Amino acid sequence: MSVSDLSSLGSPGGSHVRAVHDEFHGDLLEVSMGPHHPSTHGVFRMIVTLDGETIVKLKPVFGYLHRNHEKLGENTSYLGSMPYTDRLDYLSSMTNNWAYALAVEKLAGQPVPERAEYVRVILAELTRLLNHTCLAGFLMQDCGCSGTPLMYAFREREKILDLFESLSGSRMMCNYQRFGGCRVDPSADWLDGAKKLTDGYGAFLDEFETLLTGNEIIMARTQGVGRLSPALAISAGVTGPMLRATGVNYDLRKVDGYGVYPRFDFRVPLGDHGDVYDRYMIRVLEMRESIKILSQALAGIPAGPIMDPKAKLRGFRPKAGEAYGRIEGPKGEIGFFLISDGSPNPYRYRIRPPSFINLTILEDMCLGQTVADAVIILGSVDIVLGEVDR
Amino acid sequence: MLGSGLLQGLGVTAKNFVGSFHDPARLTTTEYPEVKTKLPEAYRNFPFLVSENATDPMGTLRCVACQICEKECPPQCIFIEKSKDKKPDATGKLQLFPAVFDIDVSVCMSCQICVEVCPFDAIKMDQDFEIATTDRFTGLMLDKHALAKPNSYFHEIHPTDAAEVDGRLAAERKAAEEKAKAAAAAKAALAAAPKPAPAALAATAKPPAAPSAEAPKTPPAA
Amino acid sequence: MSAIAATEPFLERAPQLLRDAATGFLPEPWRWLVNSLIAIGVILAVFGTLFAFLTLAERKILGRVQNRPGPNRTPLPFIKIKFFGLAQPFADGVKSLTKEDIVPRDADQVLHFLAPVVLLAFSIITFAVIPFGRHLVPVELDAGVLYFFAAGAATELAVFMAGWASHNKYSLLAAMRALAQLISYELPLLLAWVPVVLVAGSLSTTEIVTAQAGWKFGFLPHWYVFTPWGFAGFVIFIVAALAESNRSPFDLPEAESELIAGHLTEYSGFKYALFFMAEYFGMIALSGMAITLFLGGWRAPLPFLEWIPSYAWFGAKLIVLLLGFIWIRATFPRLRMDQLTRFAWKFLVPLALINLGNAAFWSLTSHWTGALQLIRWAVSLVLIVGPFVLMGRKLSAGVAPRVYRYAPS
Repeated sequence: MSVSDLSSLGSPGGSHVRAVHDEFHGDLLEVSMGPHHPSTHGVFRMIVTLDGETIVKLKPVFGYLHRNHEKLGENTSYLGSMPYTDRLDYLSSMTNNWAYALAVEKLAGQPVPERAEYVRVILAELTRLLNHTCLAGFLMQDCGCSGTPLMYAFREREKILDLFESLSGSRMMCNYQRFGGCRVDPSADWLDGAKKLTDGYGAFLDEFETLLTGNEIIMARTQGVGRLSPALAISAGVTGPMLRATGVNYDLRKVDGYGVYPRFDFRVPLGDHGDVYDRYMIRVLEMRESIKILSQALAGIPAGPIMDPKAKLRGFRPKAGEAYGRIEGPKGEIGFFLISDGSPNPYRYRIRPPSFINLTILEDMCLGQTVADAVIILGSVDIVLGEVDR
Repeated sequence: MLGSGLLQGLGVTAKNFVGSFHDPARLTTTEYPEVKTKLPEAYRNFPFLVSENATDPMGTLRCVACQICEKECPPQCIFIEKSKDKKPDATGKLQLFPAVFDIDVSVCMSCQICVEVCPFDAIKMDQDFEIATTDRFTGLMLDKHALAKPNSYFHEIHPTDAAEVDGRLAAERKAAEEKAKAAAAAKAALAAAPKPAPAALAATAKPPAAPSAEAPKTPPAA
Repeated sequence: MSAIAATEPFLERAPQLLRDAATGFLPEPWRWLVNSLIAIGVILAVFGTLFAFLTLAERKILGRVQNRPGPNRTPLPFIKIKFFGLAQPFADGVKSLTKEDIVPRDADQVLHFLAPVVLLAFSIITFAVIPFGRHLVPVELDAGVLYFFAAGAATELAVFMAGWASHNKYSLLAAMRALAQLISYELPLLLAWVPVVLVAGSLSTTEIVTAQAGWKFGFLPHWYVFTPWGFAGFVIFIVAALAESNRSPFDLPEAESELIAGHLTEYSGFKYALFFMAEYFGMIALSGMAITLFLGGWRAPLPFLEWIPSYAWFGAKLIVLLLGFIWIRATFPRLRMDQLTRFAWKFLVPLALINLGNAAFWSLTSHWTGALQLIRWAVSLVLIVGPFVLMGRKLSAGVAPRVYRYAPS
């Protein structure tokens, strides 16, 4: 069996490819990529078995960043878990905050003022811009760019982080949403700043795409690499841009219509191939839709209170029951499941982390590809180890 | 044609190379120790304790050692010991004060929850981030002497917030004075009248420092 | 060395005059030896300094392209003036010299030590045949070009040596990649300069530069890059040179995001610095050869600029090419191994072969004039652009920008 046969066998979702051991093919090479490999996006480890450079087996190892998040949540008050959610997916703390706040609000039947809903949408879409920009930069870094797209991505991300900092006091660990609203009311200046950023972001995306999207090397590296079939994606529970890149129309902003999303006009881009290039492009197109949502939300934000006046900050004891709050995070469906027994702490606190679940099919995507492909496939899954290992 | 995308990419990088010399939007670096970025007013780092008076920080701490922040702190980095005796607080009422107030900033995650739950506006977020030290055990374990900073410093770093807090405290103080006056009047009336008025008694029993209804903060736990 | 006419400008003769003043009193065999040693010393000093500041330039240019200032804080020693970070290379040198030299326990100790030495040695000996100026050719060999590429090809063997000796799986993968890259890109590199030899009629580097003398219409130099086949050859040469010197987008042996540092994974301290130095020396040597073969060597681009000494022109052209290398590195991502070899075998090699025929046509029609001259240009251009477009289409088949659909709302 030659290497080319191997690559045809290693179709996504296929069974494990067995390489032939004989005098012509030699031994397989087992390489431990990670936990301190430069492009494992943190402390992720892949034990890769290679035939030449072709992957015949890939065993992901997680848990190097495990911080007992869910057990901590059961031993902390409802409010006390909020800053911890920042540290799940530390690139998108605002959406984590929102998903958790949504779960608690469902549990307690807590209404949210309209202005707060708008602010949440604005922050979630800014987070999506931030996250997708970073992802594109990281992915191109994995493709072997000498840092240039990553630095451009970080240049723009810095502007969004400045907005977050001037609103919430911290760049990444925002801890901004509260049960029944948001912590601080954004000033008119802040909204102007967000508007300015939104208006300028399209130009940055154009430049970014000129550098990357039409680049022949990028296309050759990413097209047809790491294909994922819609059936496998659905059965594995993959969500977010990765699922939409396979052509499945599933966006919680449309499906659940949570918050005030039904009021905005935006489209959901879908891919047809489910490969790395589609995942990259879906994210770029989603950013363009996010810009549309942002300009609508910034134009239509109503005046009013930012917190529900009846909302309780301390001594918060929701009645016994359970609730699941989920939103469309930048990486996929981020959900929090809470069971209350009427005490100040949740009885059970469970997270549905999108990047962990999206990562479970890594081997299926990587089999039959080369080492170089495995790196960019991992990059295109968009993981943050804080969320994978929790 | 093959290579056109590559040439476009070269164009973009060339534009950025040239732009980094004249376009401030394309060279965003601040060279830190010499040039410092202006921190936004909302910026928060580790907490500090507000004292009314810079000359006597320990005597005028707003903190009354109620231990709410200690209880609410998610990583539990605050350690408080109540005093045995009482001191007059900002409104002149006798209150407990913290005999020990330690914050382990190597554990603190600057989440601001202590600030939000504090009913006395006694703990606020600092903006000092240059606290690196070679001694991580005692150097990062801040006691109340290291934590206490005057109200003027609070005004300096969070002017809007501080003005709002001061206004509220002044209103509370005024309300407390009026209440005390009313109580004194009631007492005088009580002394004059043969029978005590139950409503006036209830008013005196209420804590004088109860926050006004407009304040967004919740009152201290009953 | 060619005889130096006293009528030439002083600056042109200055290096020789200086050398003769120093060694003129020595008897003949000794003079030859000392002159050679001086040449070696000067090459090491000049290109060592160029290497040092090239690393700084690369980091600064990469920084500027990425909208950051790059290294700019290292002060000059003793005077504490941060002169744009110009002391950075020396700080790097001191750092790499004082770092611990770690050799893995299971490594092949001898090969692990020899690899950087061999690599650097082969990189340096290629400098021997490059004409740096009108009178500045260290060694005049009749088959200078052949010698150059023979020595240059050996560098990749040293990379293999490093990868094998390190006893590290990443290094081993890098070694395999380095060999595949060597075999793939040596051929287009060689085929790219064969047309030059064909037209110039010599393998000697000085002869090739001499063949590019003169100007057409008084302003268009007779450099080979200004002919259709020469331009194509130059581009193929540069692409293959990028691959030969393991530069982005062909830096697969040390692919940072895939193989950590490839063959350099187990090297530290000064051995690592030697690899770095060899990479830059290789890049400088290949650029120098590209200048000699296609860009008229040390010749001035315009007649009235001839008063500037020839070595200055060589230096200027060299720096332009090196900056181009840095610019490419700042922009392009890396290819995959199979794409790299496919690009070489299915695109560059056939193109270089066609280009060889093109050059043959060019040299056969050198007597054509008038309208025939236009036909000559047209045929030659078609011979380049046609295969480029056709093979480019075949190479990039199945790879194209895509149009995306949106979910019906």
